[in-house]
This record gives sequence, structure tokens and C-alpha cells, in this order.
Amino acid sequence: MYKIAVMGDYDSIYGFGALGLDTYPVNKGEDAGRLLKRLADNDYGVIYITEELAAGLTKEIAAYAGELTPAIIRIPGIKGNTGDGIMGVKKSVEQAVGSDILFGGVSAKEGEAT
Amino acid sequence: MASTQVNPTRMELTRLKKKLATAVKGHKLLKDKRDELMREFLDLVRVNMSLRQEVEAAIRQANTDFVVARSDMSDQILRTALMAPKQDVELTAGRRNVMSVDIPVFDYKTRTPDPNDIYSYGYAFTSSDLDAAVKSLSDVFPKMLRLAEVEKSCQLMAAEIEKTRRRVNALEHVIIPETKAGIKYITMKLDENERSTQIRLMKVKDMVLEDAHHYSERA
Repeated sequence: MYKIAVMGDYDSIYGFGALGLDTYPVNKGEDAGRLLKRLADNDYGVIYITEELAAGLTKEIAAYAGELTPAIIRIPGIKGNTGDGIMGVKKSVEQAVGSDILFGGVSAKEGEAT
Repeated sequence: MASTQVNPTRMELTRLKKKLATAVKGHKLLKDKRDELMREFLDLVRVNMSLRQEVEAAIRQANTDFVVARSDMSDQILRTALMAPKQDVELTAGRRNVMSVDIPVFDYKTRTPDPNDIYSYGYAFTSSDLDAAVKSLSDVFPKMLRLAEVEKSCQLMAAEIEKTRRRVNALEHVIIPETKAGIKYITMKLDENERSTQIRLMKVKDMVLEDAHHYSERA
């Protein structure tokens, strides 16, 4: 049985607590990497992480890319959308196909508009 | 080229021919696998993109709602209101096999079936905007979970496609041509050996006959 965690700055994630998700307010830096590792080792199936925080943890997140769980998913924080989430999808297309043939025209900005 | 270093023997030739047959069969299979994976992946990644756009928009909306809610409540009251959640989510993760790639299937169960249990506070001290904000977040949650499932699947499949593509290319452009070159080299060498043996035998025969009958003296 897995749990779901939400990581990010307090202002961005406190609402998820009401839904019954485990919120872990954390700021950038070493602590975030350690926390991510602890959560990943601790039965968390899905870890939502704000784009802002994820930007500093690329290496740590990449370490779990090949594993079935946890799924580490970027979500926009309270300060808005950095477009990293959309970039992630584009990157996997690029990895699979060789070049981004699907979403070449969809920029992060357009994603923001819809 | 490495193929020039093979031993020109019949045994080596048989070995190389077997290797070529296996490589060709493997190449065909891997190519099929790549094509099918790619088909599935392209479908899935389109879903992924639209889900992501929806979820990001919804979360942005929810964040705005929370900001509105905070504006007429003190931080303390807000924190207290959300401190002890009533609801709890349990996640079950199954797996589905798509062309030998394991992709996750998430399913969730809330502790209580009542959808109103997301409001973990009495309504006396909080603003109604908070209710709306919590509701908007709760509405997007099923989509968020689906996004997690789809996005993880896409990542896993992308990695597998890349691997398969490399294997297909290696077989197509390296292993198969090299083996073919090796086979050609051995066949040529063996043929050449055979011809030289034949010529030698003919010469020897000529010499033996000459010794026996002395044709050149008679002529």
C-alpha cells in the first residue's frame, strides 16, 4: 500500500493536506534532496513536487526515472508555472523519437494560456 | 575491419551463418517491438500533454482560490483549519505490461467514502472561499493521479524505446554487415583455396603423366 506525498514551499502545498495527501514543506537546498530520498525509500508511490523545488533536484529525480515507483511529478507552485513540467513531457518525446515531432509548437507559455 | 581477422575455416563459416540468421531474426523482432512501443508511446504522450495542461491550469486556479481564501483569514486560523486532515488517501500501484515494459497503474481509495470529508474544519472561523479552494483542489486530484500514472509510463516507455532503437541500429548497421562481410571473406578464401588445390592437382597430374610417357620427347 502506497502513500502520496507533496513537496514544496508551504504556501504552494498546504491545500493538499486537506485531501489527505502528506505534505512536506521544504525549502531549496540539501534538505530537499535528503527528504526526497527518504520519501522515495518509504513507500511513497507518487511524489508531487513543485517545479521550483524540482529545478534544484534534477539529479536526485533522475535517479528514480527508471523505477516503477515513486512517480515524481512536477506541479506548478504558487509563484506560477516555470514550464518545467511541459519540458519534461517534451524531453521524453525527444528521448523516444530523437527529436520533438509532436509538441514543437506547444511552448510553456501556451500551456499557461489554456 | 574486424571481419578480416576471422579464421577462414568451414567451422567458422557455419558459426557466422548461424549468427547472421539469429541477428536478422532479432533485428526483425526488435524492429517490431520498437514500432509497437512507439505507437503506444505516441498515443500516451498526447494524453500526457493534455492532462498536464489541464492539471497545471487547475492547480493554478486552485492556488488563486487559496490566495483569495487567505486574504480574509489569519494565517493561524488557516493553519489550524488544515492541520488535522479528516480524509486520507491510500494508493495501490499495480503494473501493466506493454511490450515488456512495466508501467504503473495507480488506483486510490479514500479512507471515508464521503466526498465532504475534505473539509477538515468547522465552518465557524473560516471563510467560504476556503471551502471553494479546497473543493477545487479536490476536483483536480483524480486528474493529478492519472497524470502521475501516464507521465511515469511515458518516461519508462521513452527509456525503453531509446534502448530498443539503439539495439535495432546496432544490429542493422554494425552486426549484420560485419557478419555478412565475414561470411563473404571466408567463402572467397575457401573458394580460392579450393581452386589452388585443383590447379596444383592438375599440375601434379601433368608432371606424373610426363614422367610416365615422355610426351615432350615424342613430339
